[in-house]
Amino acid sequence: MKIATAVPPESAALTDEMASRRADFPILRELVRGKPLVYLDNAATTQKPQAVIDALTHFYTRDNANVHRGVHLLSERATARYEDARIKAARLLHAASPREIVFVRGATEGINLVAETFGRAHVGPGDEVVVTEMEHHSNIVPWQMLCAEKGATLRVVPVTAEGELPLDEYERLLGDRTRIVALVHVSNALGTINPVRDMIARAHRHGVPVLVDGAQAVAHQAVDVQTLDADFYVFSGHKLYGPTGIGVLYGKAALLDAMPPYQGGGDMISTVSFEGTRYNVAPYRFEAGTPDIAGAIGLASAIDYVSAIGFDRIAPYEAALLDYATERLAAVPGLRLVGTARQKSAILSFVMDGVHPHDIGTILDREGVAIRTGHHCCQPLMHRLGLDATARASLAFYNTREEVDALTAALGRVKEMFG
Amino acid sequence: MSGELRELYQEVILDHNRRPRNFRALDGASRHAEGYNPLCGDKITVYVQLDGDVIREASFQGFGCAISKASASMMTDALKGKTVAEAEALFDRFHRMVTLEPDRAVDVGALGKLAVFAGVREFPSRVKCASLAWHTLHAALEAKAEPVTTE
Repeated sequence: MKIATAVPPESAALTDEMASRRADFPILRELVRGKPLVYLDNAATTQKPQAVIDALTHFYTRDNANVHRGVHLLSERATARYEDARIKAARLLHAASPREIVFVRGATEGINLVAETFGRAHVGPGDEVVVTEMEHHSNIVPWQMLCAEKGATLRVVPVTAEGELPLDEYERLLGDRTRIVALVHVSNALGTINPVRDMIARAHRHGVPVLVDGAQAVAHQAVDVQTLDADFYVFSGHKLYGPTGIGVLYGKAALLDAMPPYQGGGDMISTVSFEGTRYNVAPYRFEAGTPDIAGAIGLASAIDYVSAIGFDRIAPYEAALLDYATERLAAVPGLRLVGTARQKSAILSFVMDGVHPHDIGTILDREGVAIRTGHHCCQPLMHRLGLDATARASLAFYNTREEVDALTAALGRVKEMFG
Repeated sequence: MSGELRELYQEVILDHNRRPRNFRALDGASRHAEGYNPLCGDKITVYVQLDGDVIREASFQGFGCAISKASASMMTDALKGKTVAEAEALFDRFHRMVTLEPDRAVDVGALGKLAVFAGVREFPSRVKCASLAWHTLHAALEAKAEPVTTE
């Protein structure tokens, strides 16, 4: 076993620092069927630090009121904290202004919002929308629905066997009829980190705006939407150690300002009469009804939490952990890693000879090891790779080498059973 | 290895997973239906050859986990010679066995070899794997045109 001894001193310090962070996550002390929880399903959702749980409790205990309406103190406090969350989300993404941050339920709603507003306004019969073969269903189906409604065509960038996007083939799909490109930053099924900056630049050369699905990126690397020059960028709070039910749509101010509203209701209007209604400015135009105030405040707390650690610490730690896990899994007889892109996030998809991923998942669960199995909401990608399903371990900064060892030991049990 | 895991993955089930019986399309089948579990992507086609009201032959094709494959394999074995009503009654008994609380045990004796699936009820996320073939059979016997799903 070459565990701690092979680690250089600098990264040993990093390892200690991250291990000490585990204490911030109460759920990591849970026993699963009498065994310590080994939570390796972070691409599905991440666990929450005590600070986030406390922020939710504090809001409901001390500050709860509706936002943007009341003249009373609590409403002012709730409004200030909700808008402060917008500022923090803007800082996280390096947006030019908090006005470019729309709160939504999650990445899925963010994509649907853009498809139903920007998409409906700009995509017509004979036009084209470009997506990639490695998209999550949430970045396929809204565009498919839009294309069906408008008589437009969905064009698909193919994926190589390693799980990469061939950029020359991508560029060939960009043409006079392309109205938008919708592209995943980090693949949830394979871990591939796509060269989004380059891909956005290529789309822009054709005058085509780009939406980036950042659901699997924001918790693992610094994201700068201005450097990327992304037109739209979406993510979900719960994959960033925040609560479920809250997410962010970033849109360039000029685009948001020109977009028609999404849902109608309170807060998204400026004046209402039965003769006609004037809509509020962005981002409020896209936030009809009482928003998830507590969710936004919880998300702000999660952003504070990860920012305090820093992506300059999180990213190298996770990269080293990915290397270690890749080595350990590759050494398991009969196991094949799926997705071997040169640029990868800490996601390991795999299949094993003679064992269906679902059976792997059940046996691992009995060992306390939580992974995801199935098609990962990426059926077109699975079809392309000739697979029905994979098993997937997805890591976060609070995971350790010992947990990777627990995974490989549990995979030994799978071999015992199905060997 | 935990006892519950051994209960789930009994040797008989592992054997049917490795060497599924009746794993083929049935030429001239009088009924067939497709079943699908959208959660895990398992897909199955069940074929039935009816002689009046009696199931003369049954087979299946598709892909899935050990539980779903073994369940389809053992189901097609068990169906041969049964009337449609007997097959439906068997489905009902099987379904109750894999979904009921352990202390409300059904008469597993009447299920014969299929009783090996009793361990599934300890694994709620796997109940659909065990019952997919049976739901698909039910659709085939009712001559449903649309694929059935477990959702």
